Amino acid sequence: MECKETLELLPAHVDRELGLPESMEIERHLKTCPPCRAEYAEQLALRAAIRKDVTYFNVPGHLESRIEAALPSAPAHRLLPAKRDWNWSAMGAALVSIVAVAWSISLYLALPSAEDRLADEVVSSHVRSLLTSHGVDVASSDRHTVKPWFNGKLSFSPPVYDLTTEGFPLVGGRLDYLDHRPVAALVYRHRQHIIDLFVAPATGNKNDTVPGSLSIQGYHLVRWAHGGMVFWAVSDVEPAQLGKFRETLLTHMTGS
Amino acid sequence: MTEQTKNQRFKIMVLPHLNAAYNLARWLTRDDQDAEDVTQEACLRAFKFFDSFRGEQGRAWLLGIVRNTFYTRLQKNRGRELNTPFDEESHSLESQDPDTPCGNPESILSRHDDLKQLNGALESLPVEFREAVVLKDLEDLSYKEIADVMAVPIGTVMSRLARGRKLLRACLANMKQGDDDGM
Repeated sequence: MECKETLELLPAHVDRELGLPESMEIERHLKTCPPCRAEYAEQLALRAAIRKDVTYFNVPGHLESRIEAALPSAPAHRLLPAKRDWNWSAMGAALVSIVAVAWSISLYLALPSAEDRLADEVVSSHVRSLLTSHGVDVASSDRHTVKPWFNGKLSFSPPVYDLTTEGFPLVGGRLDYLDHRPVAALVYRHRQHIIDLFVAPATGNKNDTVPGSLSIQGYHLVRWAHGGMVFWAVSDVEPAQLGKFRETLLTHMTGS
Repeated sequence: MTEQTKNQRFKIMVLPHLNAAYNLARWLTRDDQDAEDVTQEACLRAFKFFDSFRGEQGRAWLLGIVRNTFYTRLQKNRGRELNTPFDEESHSLESQDPDTPCGNPESILSRHDDLKQLNGALESLPVEFREAVVLKDLEDLSYKEIADVMAVPIGTVMSRLARGRKLLRACLANMKQGDDDGM
């Protein structure tokens, strides 16, 4: 490859947008051509400097709430005159939730009450985060960004893994409050579903360490303990998928 | 989709990208208040068009709307930057005044501060190059995504990025020179 062609492709090489054959040809040329090599170093340095030093403007809090308030919302919709034709999909959804609630109540009654309250809290926290769009305080799929974010905010460091390859990409994390103490909430996604994973140190209460699963109002919960921590995973995904999510996490935790 | 599920889905799938939307708006407008207005207008537009959103690349989708909103407003307000139609040639390096490749280096308060120098240099780029650099280096979008956001071919993305970065380097070198001369 000649200098001219190399220089043309160099920005794309810096951005890692070239295919393997082209990249290899450029690397080969750079080895033998000091001026092109110097140019390459300059471009890399500029890219690194921009990423490090240029200001990333985060949205001001007041704007976020203003936008949410400005969105056409459900209550306003209810004020419209009732439609004559039935909305069959809504009817179906209602029926499904009635069945789900009936089913979950039967499971729910079988559990001890302290646990009920906590399970309720977990579901409420999950639903609230979906409704208020306060899903994440730190949005990143990079666990090396999410994990350190909790430093200084919690008295423990939650285990964070990106499970993209297993179908559960990491979305980010946020601080939450459960059972009268701050906990880490890690947010994962499975297709269009959001999975919240709450992590807190085990309290020594024996209920903590008993693994279990249940469903409340169509949301499924899985709880387990590992390495001195208690984990609650909650989502509207299928219980089987939530089980797979738990297995995948456990594999990572025991594997590393 | 009922209004209620639409509202919820929108909040889950689009609003997480609000930071990216505001950051792009802020770099395009270079003003806090204008950036807020553009971001809000873009979000309401996005909500209106949400039915046509296929669930892929929510961030790039929203950024495309932010960009359109910005250019529409600019045309309405007959802003400075679009008064002269964009022309690749007139923005080429050769036509830049060699003494002031940054436009207005006086606006950069502290020449000794790398951070402010880079911010100032990027701010001074013509908007077509500025947005390409922001989408690549701050948002880390792929060339394909940037092409979608800016509605131009990938080749144009590459040439604008290359030129934008060249201008940035020229601008930074010029500031350093200014430092040395001034001291």
